[in-house]
Amino acid sequence: MKWIFAAARELVSLFVDDGSLVVAVLAWVALAALAFPALPIDRDWLAVALFAGLALILTENVLRAARRKTRR
Amino acid sequence: MGSEIMIDWAHAGPSVLAAFLASLVEFVEALTVVLAVGAIRGWRPALAGAGLALLTLAILVIALGPALARIPLATVQLVVGTLLLLFGLRWLRKAILRAAGIIPLHDETAAYAAETDLLAHSPRHFLAGWDTIAVAASFKIVMLEGIEVVFIVIAIGAVSGLLVPAGIGAGAALLVVIALGIALHRPLARIPENTLKFVVGVLLSAFGAFWVGEGVGLAWPGADWSILALIVAFLALALAMVALCRSRGIDLERLT
Repeated sequence: MKWIFAAARELVSLFVDDGSLVVAVLAWVALAALAFPALPIDRDWLAVALFAGLALILTENVLRAARRKTRR
Repeated sequence: MGSEIMIDWAHAGPSVLAAFLASLVEFVEALTVVLAVGAIRGWRPALAGAGLALLTLAILVIALGPALARIPLATVQLVVGTLLLLFGLRWLRKAILRAAGIIPLHDETAAYAAETDLLAHSPRHFLAGWDTIAVAASFKIVMLEGIEVVFIVIAIGAVSGLLVPAGIGAGAALLVVIALGIALHRPLARIPENTLKFVVGVLLSAFGAFWVGEGVGLAWPGADWSILALIVAFLALALAMVALCRSRGIDLERLT
């Protein structure tokens, strides 16, 4: 039984390193899936907005990690 | 006809490259442990464990690849795209922090030394003449790294109908690592692992963003060619992040 949990943990760790990054990406993707189609904006611009949101999430996360590490 | 060929290359080029580079990184990490098992506990259990893992992975690919074709395309694009994003951004985040000197680089020589030390001090349990701990160590590392390769190949290959080119990319990486392992008999410490992870993180993040957009029904400007634009955009962002972190004087010396 222990090895099943260990294997599951390893599998999850493929995608999860920093929990806040995962939560932010999933929230942004969920918003894009649920809200974007209803917005009265050109679909080309919404695609650009999807990338912009991801870029912002990565930037914030990296800068926060850098600050956290330098404080230690 | 011409535009079809162009669209195919827009997918196939980055797909093969991403599969090759990502697999190269994973197989290099696996080789380090397999070499350690071989050097300390013998080549028979090292190769048996690795071979068994490769066989299990091949069965996984054969079982999972065609199963994806039965799921609606938009669902596959959204789910696989999201997983690719999580996987790619995780690699890219870590590669940026490493390139900026905020966290230390991965050291294959140190990993090899730690693994050989662990194996040298582990007890020997034999089952039907096989050193079970040695077989398990080799099996586990090839399975773990191989599952990542399988995920990448299926994710970037199956959604775009390029499973074979992506598989060829991964297969080529396996052959390169095996050939180098046989020739050198030591960990491939001189392979610029963080640079590879940086590039793969960029490629997978771009693919992930593209598939998520397609999955939710957005229209990428330039259609399939926007994959290349996304690659350039993520690369520019990542390089800017490295420069920004470095310019703020954040370096490893200050941490220690």
